[in-house]
Amino acid sequence: MSMIVNSILKTEGLSKTFKVGFWGRSVTAVHGLDLDVHKGEVFGFLGPNGAGKTTTIKMLMGLIYPTSGQAWLFGRPIGDQESKARLGFLPESPYFYDYLTGLEFLQFYGHLFGLRGVALGKRIDELLELVGMSHARHLQLRKFSKGMLQRVGIAQALINDPELVVLDEPMSGLDPVGRKEIRDLILRLKESGKTIFFSSHILHDAEVLCDRVAIILKGRQVACGRVSELIDEGATHSVEVVVEGLGPEGLARLRQLADRVIVQGTQVLAVLPSSQHVGPVLEIIRGARATLVSLTPQKGSLEDLFIREVKNKQPELREAV
Amino acid sequence: MRILSIALNTFRENLREKLLYNLLFFALLMIGSSILLSRITLGDYHRLILDLGLASINLFGVLIAIFVGIGLVSKEVDRKTIYTIVSKPIPRYEFLLGKYCGLVITLLANTVVMVAGLLIVLQVMDVPITSLVFKSLALILLELMVITAVAVLFSTFTSATLSAIFTLAVYVIGHLSGDLKEFARKLDDVSQMAVNAIYYTLPNLERFNLKGHVIHHLDFGMADMALTLAYGLTYAAFLLLLASVIFQRRDFQ
Repeated sequence: MSMIVNSILKTEGLSKTFKVGFWGRSVTAVHGLDLDVHKGEVFGFLGPNGAGKTTTIKMLMGLIYPTSGQAWLFGRPIGDQESKARLGFLPESPYFYDYLTGLEFLQFYGHLFGLRGVALGKRIDELLELVGMSHARHLQLRKFSKGMLQRVGIAQALINDPELVVLDEPMSGLDPVGRKEIRDLILRLKESGKTIFFSSHILHDAEVLCDRVAIILKGRQVACGRVSELIDEGATHSVEVVVEGLGPEGLARLRQLADRVIVQGTQVLAVLPSSQHVGPVLEIIRGARATLVSLTPQKGSLEDLFIREVKNKQPELREAV
Repeated sequence: MRILSIALNTFRENLREKLLYNLLFFALLMIGSSILLSRITLGDYHRLILDLGLASINLFGVLIAIFVGIGLVSKEVDRKTIYTIVSKPIPRYEFLLGKYCGLVITLLANTVVMVAGLLIVLQVMDVPITSLVFKSLALILLELMVITAVAVLFSTFTSATLSAIFTLAVYVIGHLSGDLKEFARKLDDVSQMAVNAIYYTLPNLERFNLKGHVIHHLDFGMADMALTLAYGLTYAAFLLLLASVIFQRRDFQ
């Protein structure tokens, strides 16, 4: 029972097939997706462009219908009006009613949730403050920059104080400052107890923000779990060693063990494929009477994991990256 | 309430549309030009002013209904503005009805402006303003409601350009459907059934045309009026129901 309560968003075998072209050729955009997003977490939905991220989000938001499989929001089947009332959504590259001012724009969405009068005014003030757009309340959206549109878009997604916020590529097309602002905003939303589900193809953002991630490639889920666990799982951490005064014989032996060796004056930098190689390398250093300057284990990254997944689990998908 | 919010937003969107003002300007220009034309007309100039005035209101109303109506839904889908609406707790049919009502409010506001222009011309030219003029105007508005519903129906499943062509075709055929029935009489049984099917499926828009009654002072009683109103409203409601069914099943890609 507690699992059901904790599960904010869940899918089982969710699939979508489109008919394309004159002859109605079938193309499967999402294939048997199983997701489970828990209350209060930031969940990253990752994959390269065209992996099926937006298609999945559109199914969850009731914009397109799944071909097979099931999905629930707050324990209710997708499309249910009651669960939509507890949801906030920012689409990818949003296009809004550009003839409206920032204030009119948020008023319109507030009205759709039955918010009116003083309560709505207060909520709009709070949101414009939160996204740093108070100065643009009387400016028409057509005069907004992309970053401003993204921020006011997030404000509309939060108008109903949702429990789950779904953001489709919220950082795409933004400059580094804009991306940092959105990242900070996501963290603030998490602090206020909201569940955030966002898609991205920018892995660094996900690594910084997410509690858990799912990686999707060509419509198939290839990994899902805690970021730290996924990075550790099967990862071969490399180790960086810097040695001083290693003779030619020692250097030759080191080259046999290391992935990469760079000689800079009297110092040698070697990248070892794993920590298991450290012992033999120390033997070489001792034998050559050289000095160990530093020994640094290199942490794996989500990007390493991503590339590994593509190479190992789905060889046929390599071209997707 | 949500339908009203969408309707008012649509009305606001339409008010910021330049096309609307251009059409309105030309409509008023045509209504006003009847003063000039009446001066160079031999005989009964009352007829000319009424005929030209009512025809202008009708024609420009239809142009607004078609050219704004076709973009009503397709523009929302093309610009992806619909994404943030459908993901809110709003049934799709409410969105569609809201958009439809928004355009009907726009048409009503436009018609009021055009009617004001016509009444000024009638007053200036001493043309008697009978109740038939108002009945005729009411039915013009009803025709616009039906045309708008046709435009909305097409725009739920096809592009703006195709919607415009189809709606325009329905408008033209709708005014010639009397001839269609006459034509059917001269055909063999099978063809007759096919043509009759088209006749009964398409709206008979000539039912909303009272210009002949106004000009020739023919009576159009309240019973006729009620029947025509019922026909127009039922037809528009049926089209919107069909549009809602199609819209409900649609994937927004």
